[in-house]
Amino acid sequence: MSRVYLDHAATTPVDPRVVEAMKPYWTEAFGNPSSLHAEGRRALQALDEARNQVAAVLGADPEEIVFTAGGSEADNLAISGVLGAAGSRKYHVVTSAVEHHAVLYTCQFWLRQGYEVTVLPVDEYGQVRPADLAAALRPDTALVSIMMANNEVGTLQPVAELAALCRERGVLFHTDAVQAVGAVPVHVRELGVDLLSLSAHKFYGPKGAGALYVRKGVRLQPLIHGGGQERTRRAGTENIPGIVGLAAALRLAQAEMTERTAHIRSLRRRLEEGLLRLPGTRLNGHPERRLPGHVNVSFAGVESEPLLVNLDLAGIAASGGSACTSGSLEPSHVLKAMGVPGEWIRGSVRFSLGRENTEADVDRVLSVLPGILERLRAISAQGAQSRQ
Amino acid sequence: MGSDRHTTPEPVRPPVSRAPGAPRVVVAMSGGVDSSVAAALLVQQGYECIGVTLQVWPSDLPETEREGGCCSLGAVTDARQVAWALGIPYYVLNYQEIFQTHVIDDFVAEYRRGRTPNPCIRCNKDIKFAALLRHAEAIGASHVATGHYARILRDPASGRYLLLRGRDRHKDQSYVLYSLDQEQLAHILFPLGDFTKDQTRAVAERLGLRVAHKAESQEICFVPSNNYRDFLGRVAPDVRKPGPILDTAGRKLGEHPGIAFYTIGQRKGLGLSYCEPLYVVDLDPERNAVIVGTAREVWRAGLLGSHANWVSVPELAGPLKVEVQIRYNSKPVPARIEPGPGPGQVACYFDQPQRAVTPGQAAVFYQGDRLVGGATIERPLPVTKAS
Repeated sequence: MSRVYLDHAATTPVDPRVVEAMKPYWTEAFGNPSSLHAEGRRALQALDEARNQVAAVLGADPEEIVFTAGGSEADNLAISGVLGAAGSRKYHVVTSAVEHHAVLYTCQFWLRQGYEVTVLPVDEYGQVRPADLAAALRPDTALVSIMMANNEVGTLQPVAELAALCRERGVLFHTDAVQAVGAVPVHVRELGVDLLSLSAHKFYGPKGAGALYVRKGVRLQPLIHGGGQERTRRAGTENIPGIVGLAAALRLAQAEMTERTAHIRSLRRRLEEGLLRLPGTRLNGHPERRLPGHVNVSFAGVESEPLLVNLDLAGIAASGGSACTSGSLEPSHVLKAMGVPGEWIRGSVRFSLGRENTEADVDRVLSVLPGILERLRAISAQGAQSRQ
Repeated sequence: MGSDRHTTPEPVRPPVSRAPGAPRVVVAMSGGVDSSVAAALLVQQGYECIGVTLQVWPSDLPETEREGGCCSLGAVTDARQVAWALGIPYYVLNYQEIFQTHVIDDFVAEYRRGRTPNPCIRCNKDIKFAALLRHAEAIGASHVATGHYARILRDPASGRYLLLRGRDRHKDQSYVLYSLDQEQLAHILFPLGDFTKDQTRAVAERLGLRVAHKAESQEICFVPSNNYRDFLGRVAPDVRKPGPILDTAGRKLGEHPGIAFYTIGQRKGLGLSYCEPLYVVDLDPERNAVIVGTAREVWRAGLLGSHANWVSVPELAGPLKVEVQIRYNSKPVPARIEPGPGPGQVACYFDQPQRAVTPGQAAVFYQGDRLVGGATIERPLPVTKAS
């Protein structure tokens, strides 16, 4: 059975052109960039070039880019790096209730170390209100970390406005842009952020490659100590194939953003309209200010777990909630923070479209869903009866 | 365990006869050898199998607390790899909430009342063959299969689904399945019913399943290291409620830290010195007392059961000669059962007195291999009623 992949927010297939760009760096140009010889120089040249390319796309200077092993490491480095370097008089950090666990759990880690954490609420669409942030800032606030786009519902935050507030008050601002980079324009100077995380596998690059933008002048304590790589901010021999792939994928995403977005948006319109035509369906997230590929919907009277299993068995990959270590689903903290009622949270599913999806993919989802929903609702009605 | 066990096993190819519309079956996979072989056999028989593991534990529990149990993370790792080797889809389903409310809360509440529950019976009744059966239906599967050693047959005469002991009497698990009703039995497959444990292991070996030599897990899946006292003390600190140890005449012989930490028939850990060995003969939640008696006083003539479930017969109309098992591993002994005084109750009189009739455990009635029915033990009956 052919598969329909609608889980691009989880990960994306690597673009064959990116694979091509990475190819020389496995066997042929395998050198260690720290070596003095020709092999090392070739690898270092690839690293420099990748850094220049990433910086150019983000509107940053090359020395402001720190390559990491992915988005979670970038988030950890941003928060722990800033707090670790901030000194003992700055022990307050502000984040939002809808952050990725890489941010939330890192903040919780610091909470256990005696730091104070303010978790800002969000509105029904998942957006932070700038006034809430302004009220939360304190003289001892070291860092504010608020994501650019939410991974579950796709809602975009008013990052530029939030960052400006922080700058006025002399507080560092980090944004987890893992979902946003590659999908919407991201320019660090226009956003006015001090730190920004990204991850290659979300935009058709390889897994295990990410980056943190660190504005010049921001002091950062490394998470990984060792050699002097990444200007001593991230020790360890660089993942050259991964970094080359990251840069190639980012350049392609920027170059093709207009057409990709147009394609994905039109598919999403088709999918969203079709889904919302089904009875007992609601859209989660901001109707407009949202990533182009995200559709998070809830189905009344349906549990998302059997729904996702049914879709999978019918050849359709989607997701719901956040997966825990073993792969089973936990209720979404994002929808909870948005005030979505419990019964809608239980029936929530995220479809995230990508560049290789077609209208036929969308139509297949829309054709198999009604039957699945009908069966699930019939069974849950039976279950409710038998429990009485 | 040899390192050669980690080599990728040959996938078991479904038989050529498998029709496109093969019946879909959900196999509850615990990561052990039994459920793994059960899945393999069903694949060979041409079923469209879907492997699932029920995650019954909070995922944020520290790693060390989750090891070993049948649904622990380690179990998921094994089950997942077996499913992959068999070429079947596999899902981990979140059953934390329902397992907590139906199994763990009940387990704790029973101990609070001075009873000794069997959580596996509860889990089979409410989780594996109830919630999971509905879940299976929701994904278009007609049956749930497990690796239990028991057999289900349809009696052509009565049309009833019968539950029979597993062919391997040492492994027979029908005891923990007595509470299944006809509707449940109609939608369950036990592929290992005719297998001995050795045969199961042989199949696992022949198929190269990585779990072929995995040790048996006999413990309660949610109680780490099988130490239920530690578990209770941790999840229900209020059970630490000291009270008196009394003899059957009401004389105080000592103190206990909480009746939940005792079970009927227990001899060790009483901390009493007396002229003859003493055993727990009763737990009295009203007086918060542990009642002890001599060896003679542990023996009982019968029991009153509640919430009876009948399998081979539609109901218990009158007296019936059966063999009864009053604990999972106890020998079946001859007895006579008859309807009890209240609805759903059954009175059981042993031919010979039995040791430690334990409220909360199940009394399961058999005629040969055939499971007649069973009930939760409410209390011992002191004297054989003349019939």
